[in-house]
Amino acid sequence: MLLVGCVALLLGWTAIGLAGLLRPRSVVLSGRVLFPLGALLGFALAVLAGASLLGGGIERLVLPLGLPGLPAHLRLDPLSSAFLVLLGAASGGISLFAGGYFRAGEGAAPGLLCLQYHLFLASMGLVLLADDAYSFLVAWEAMALSSYFLVTTQHRLAEIRRAGFLYLLMAHVGAICLLLAFGVLQGGSGLFTFAAMRAAHLSPGWAAAAFLLALLGFGAKAGLVPLHVWLPEAHPAAPSPVSALMSGVMLKTAVYGVLRVGLDLLGHPVWWWGLAPLALGLLTIVYGALFAAVQTDMKRLLAYSSVENIGIAFTGVGLTMVFAGSGMPVVAALALLATLYHCLNHSFMKSLLFLGTGAVLHATGERNLGRLGGLMHRMPWVAWLTLVGTLAIAGLPPLNGFVSEWLLLQSFLFTDGLPHALVNLLIPMGAALVALGAALAGYVMVKFYGIIFLGQPREASLVHAHDCGWLERIGLLWLALGCVLLGLFPLQVIGALGAVTAELVGAVVPQASPHWWLLAPVPGRPVSYGPVVFLTATLAVVLMTVLIVRLTYRQRVRRAPAWDCGFGALTARMQDTAEGFGQPIRHIFQPFFEIERELPAPADRAPRYRIAIAERIWKLLYEPLVRAVERLANTVARVQQGRISVYLLYSFATLLVLLAVAMAS
Amino acid sequence: MSAIEWITQVLEVALALAAAPVFLGWLNQCRAWLQNRRAPSLWLPYRNLRKLFHKEAVIAENASPLFRIAPYVVFGAMALAAGIIPSMGTQLPLVVSADAIALVGLFAAARMFMTLAAMDVGTAFGTLGARREMMVGFLAEPALLMVIFVASMLSSSTALPVITRNLASGHLGLSPGLAFSAVAFVLVLLAENARIPVDNPATHLELTMIHEAMVLEYSARHLALIEWAAQLKLFNYVCIGFALFLPWGVARAQIGPLGLLVAIPALAAKLAAAGAGLALIETVSAKMRVMRIPEFLASAFLFAVLGLLVHVLLGA
Amino acid sequence: MTHLTLGQQLLDSCAALLLLLSFAMLSQRRVVTLVNLYAVQGAVLTAATLLLAWRTGEGHLYLSAALTLGLKVAFLPWLLHRLIRRLGVYWDTEPLLNVSGTMLVGLVIVVFAFALAQPITLLASTATRSAVGIAVSVVLLAFLMMITRRKAMSQVVGFLSMENGVFFGAMSASYGMPMVVELGVALDVLVGVLVLGVFFFQIRERFESLDLHHLEALKEHE
Repeated sequence: MLLVGCVALLLGWTAIGLAGLLRPRSVVLSGRVLFPLGALLGFALAVLAGASLLGGGIERLVLPLGLPGLPAHLRLDPLSSAFLVLLGAASGGISLFAGGYFRAGEGAAPGLLCLQYHLFLASMGLVLLADDAYSFLVAWEAMALSSYFLVTTQHRLAEIRRAGFLYLLMAHVGAICLLLAFGVLQGGSGLFTFAAMRAAHLSPGWAAAAFLLALLGFGAKAGLVPLHVWLPEAHPAAPSPVSALMSGVMLKTAVYGVLRVGLDLLGHPVWWWGLAPLALGLLTIVYGALFAAVQTDMKRLLAYSSVENIGIAFTGVGLTMVFAGSGMPVVAALALLATLYHCLNHSFMKSLLFLGTGAVLHATGERNLGRLGGLMHRMPWVAWLTLVGTLAIAGLPPLNGFVSEWLLLQSFLFTDGLPHALVNLLIPMGAALVALGAALAGYVMVKFYGIIFLGQPREASLVHAHDCGWLERIGLLWLALGCVLLGLFPLQVIGALGAVTAELVGAVVPQASPHWWLLAPVPGRPVSYGPVVFLTATLAVVLMTVLIVRLTYRQRVRRAPAWDCGFGALTARMQDTAEGFGQPIRHIFQPFFEIERELPAPADRAPRYRIAIAERIWKLLYEPLVRAVERLANTVARVQQGRISVYLLYSFATLLVLLAVAMAS
Repeated sequence: MSAIEWITQVLEVALALAAAPVFLGWLNQCRAWLQNRRAPSLWLPYRNLRKLFHKEAVIAENASPLFRIAPYVVFGAMALAAGIIPSMGTQLPLVVSADAIALVGLFAAARMFMTLAAMDVGTAFGTLGARREMMVGFLAEPALLMVIFVASMLSSSTALPVITRNLASGHLGLSPGLAFSAVAFVLVLLAENARIPVDNPATHLELTMIHEAMVLEYSARHLALIEWAAQLKLFNYVCIGFALFLPWGVARAQIGPLGLLVAIPALAAKLAAAGAGLALIETVSAKMRVMRIPEFLASAFLFAVLGLLVHVLLGA
Repeated sequence: MTHLTLGQQLLDSCAALLLLLSFAMLSQRRVVTLVNLYAVQGAVLTAATLLLAWRTGEGHLYLSAALTLGLKVAFLPWLLHRLIRRLGVYWDTEPLLNVSGTMLVGLVIVVFAFALAQPITLLASTATRSAVGIAVSVVLLAFLMMITRRKAMSQVVGFLSMENGVFFGAMSASYGMPMVVELGVALDVLVGVLVLGVFFFQIRERFESLDLHHLEALKEHE
C-alpha cells in the first residue's frame, strides 16, 4: 500500500514537471505553484517512507512498463525507505527554496527547468525503489541525464558546457561498470531481478569482482577519489538548488547502491571487501578536505567538502563490511548506523549551505570569495541560517554532524577486536584520518563563513545586497531545523533506522539507556551522549553568564571605529582573502597540490598576485588515460579511408568471414 | 542521580572557575622565579579580571551580534567542559551526556566561535589571528582526540570518569601506548593554550601572535570573559592531563565530604607541580617561527597516532 | 587489557620508551639534544637489562647492564659532547626530508617492523614477546635518521642508536648475546666512534665544515 503511494508520488512529480511545460515562460506558475507543490509531494514521500521504515515491512510491486516481457519490479524495504525519507525531506526544503530562486531570463526557461528538476527527483526515487537491474539502470540513466541538463542550464558559457561534458562522461563510465557488475551478479541465471541475484551463488572470485565493479560504478557517481574529478566542476556549474540536490541527495543514491549490492545482493560480505571502500573513503576524506581548504570559489569549496563527506560515508560502509564479514554483527550495525546517519545529516547540511550560497549568488552575482564579505549585515536571514549549517558540518555538538562522527568514532574503537593481525593494527589509524578530516572541515567552514558573511564588504557593490524572499527563507528554515532536530534527537532516528540494520547486517544496536534523551548505543560499554542535556547545560551556563554579567556590570557599551593600530588607513582589502586563509594548508600540504603562482616583482607598477591550484591527479592519472584512449582511437581510425569502395570492401570481407564461420559451425 | 552528585557537579565547575586564574598566576610566578625576575602576585589575574569588568566596553561599529555573543559562548563552553572533566570526583551527572569526544567537540565549538568573532570586525589582525588559530587547531584537535582514543581503548569507554577510574585502579597504569600519548598531549596543551614554543601570551608582536591577534577588538567585560575562558581552558587541559595520565587522588567512590578531603589537596598538589613543569618548559624553550608550528603540531599528531599504534601492538 | 605481571609491564614500558626516544631523535634538530637523548636511551636500556637480569636471574646480564651504563650513558655521550664543543657543531642544517615527513615514514617503518617481527615473536619466549618488534623499529628508525641528516655528527649518533636497537633485540629475543660477542661489539663501537672522531677533524680541516654533502665532491669527475 505504501509502495503504491510512493509510486503515485513519483508520478505526481513527473506530472508537475510536465505541467511546467504548459506555460514555460511563466515564473509565477513554476515558481509559486509547481515547485511548492513538488515540495509538498516531497514531504508526503518522506512521511510515507517513514511509515514504511517504522513498520519495517517489505512490499513488492510489478508494473508492466517498458519492453514486453520485462516488467518493472519495485520493492520498498527498510533500506529504500531510509533513503526515500532522505530524498523526500531534503528535496522538500530544496524545492521550496527553488520556488523562490528560479527567475526569468536566467538560462533555460523556468518551465523547462521545472520539468528537468522534477524528472530528476522522480528518477532518484525510482533508483531507490527499483528491484531489477533494468529498471535500476534506466532510472540511473534518467537521473544522470536530467541532472546533466540541469547542470548545463547556463549552456552559453563554454566552461559550463565543459563541466557538463565531464559529468556526463564520468556518469557513463560509472554506468558501464554498473552494467558489468549486474552482469556478473546475475550469475549465469539470465534473470536480472534483484531477487534472482540474491539467490544466485557466486564463486568468491566473481563475487569480489562484482563488488569491486559496483564500487567503481557507484564511486564514480559519489565522487570517491580518484573518480571525483567531475564533482568540483559540475556542482558549482549548476544552479544552486540543483547543486544542493546533487550534493545533498544524488550522491547518497550512490551510497545506497553500494549498500544494496555489497550487503544485500551479494549476501554475506567477505571481510576484506570492506577494505577497499574503507581505504578509498579515508583517502577521500583527507583529499576532499584539503582541496576544500584552498578553494576560492564558494561553490567549489562546498563541492570539495561534499567529496570529503562522501569519504566519511564510504569509510562507514567499509567498516560495516569489515565488521559484518568478521562475525561482529552488532558493531557492523553501529558502523552502518553511522553511515546512514551521516548520509541523512549531510543531505540537510550540504543542501542548506548550497542554498545559502545560492542566495548570496543572487544577491551579489559573485561566486568568488575574494569579492564577498560582511554579508551578515545585509542578509541576516541567510547568514544566521547558514551559520547553523556551517556549525553542523564542522561536526560541533549538539548539532547533527557531530552525532554521525561520534557514532563512526565509536565503531572505530572496536577495531582492536578484529581477528585479523596487521589489519586491526592499521584500521585504528583510520580513526586518526577521520579526526583529521573533521578538524580540517572546521577549518574549511570557518573560511567559508567568515569570508562570505563576516568582516567588511570587500567590494563596494555589496552594500546593495538584499536578503532572500520568504519562500527561500522557509526552505532554508526547514533544512536548518532538520540539522538541529537530527542533532538533538538521535535516539529516535536510530530507533527508526534499526530496521535497516536488521535487514542488512542482521543485528540491531541495542539501546542500553532507559532515557529518551540519552544515546547509549555501544553494547556493553559505558558510553553515552545526550544532546538535549548537552544543549540545555550549554544554554544554561551561557544564559547564566549573560545574566550575571548584565546584573553586575555597571558600565555602558560604546560603538567606535575598529582599532587601526594607529595606522589610520585600514581598508576592507586588508582582510585575509580566501587565498590567504588557505595559505597554511597550501604550505603544509604542498606535495598534494599543483600550484602555479604569479608573484609581482618589487618594481611592478601594477603589482598582481595570482595563484592557481590544480589537482595533480589530472597529470598523474587522467591525462595519460586520455592519451592512451586517443592512441587507441587513432589506431582504429586507420580503418577510415574516406573512399566508398574501401568501405564496401570492408562489408564484403565481413560478409565472407561470417559466411565462412557459419559454414564451419 | 542523587543530589550529592549534582552538588559535586556544581562544586567542580565553581572550583574550576575560581582556581583557573590562580593557576595562571602560579604559572606566571614560577616562570618569573625561573627567569630570575620578581614574581607578580598570585592574584594578579583576578585583579585583571576585576579591572576589565569595571571598564567601559568599546565595540567596533560594524560588529555583528555574533561578535557580542561569542565571548559568552566561549566562556560557557569552557565552564561546561570543566564540569565534564573529572578533576575531583568521578560521579558526575553531566558526564552521562557528554563523553570525551563531545568534550573535544566542545573545545572545537569554542574555537570556531572565537575565530568567527575574530573575523567579524574585518581587520587585518583579526583574520590573521583566526587563520593562525585554525592552523593550530586543525592539527591539535585530532591529536587530542587520538590521545583520548588510546585511553579509551584501554578502558573500553570514551567517558572520561570511566577512563580515570579504570586507569587509577590499574596495577601501575604504565601502558606503553600512553607514554607516547603523554608526549603528544603536552605538545597539544602548549599549542592549544598559546604557551611559549607556539605563541607568546605576553607579546603583541604581529609577526608571532595568535591568541592576542584574535582578541584585539575586544574590551572590558567581553575581554574579561575571553581571558577568563582562556584561563579555564588551560585549567581544563591540565585536568584532562591528570585524568588520563595521573589519575591518582580523584575521589572514586560515591563522593562524600571525606572523598573531597582527599581529592582537593591531591588536585592542588598536582596543579602546583603541573604549573611548575609548564613554567620550566616555557623557560627552556624558545618561541618558534610561525611556519615551524605546523611541524611541531604534526609531531604531536604523529606521536598521538604512534601511541595508538604502540597500544595496539603491545597492549592488545 | 590483559593483566600482565608487573615486570612484564615495566619491560614493555621500557621498550615503548626506547621507541619514543628514537622518534624524539628523529624529530630533533639540535645535535647536543640528540646526544642527550642518546644517553637517555642508554639509561633506559640499562634499566631494561637490569630488569631482565632480575627476572631471569642470568648473571651475565648484570655485567652487560654495567657495560651499557659505563659506555653508553657515561663515556660515549661525554666523548661526543667534547667533540661537539671542539668542532662547534651545535645545529644540524635542514634535514633532507622535513620532520613531519620523516616521522610519517617512521610510522610506516614501525608497522613494517612489527609485521616483520611477528614470526620471531611467536618463536621467542613469552617474557619479551613484544619487544622484538620495537628493537627492529629502533634499528630501522636509526637508519632512517642517518639517511635524512646532513651532518656527520648526527649520523654517528644514529649509528650508535642503531647499535642500541641491535643490543635490545638480542637481549629480548634470547636474553642477550654471548658475553664475548657483546664485549666485541662494545669494543667495536668504541673504536668506531674514536676513529670517526679523528675522521671528523680530518673532514673539517679539508672542507672547513662537517656538512657531508661536501663529500659528494670526492667522486671522480668524468
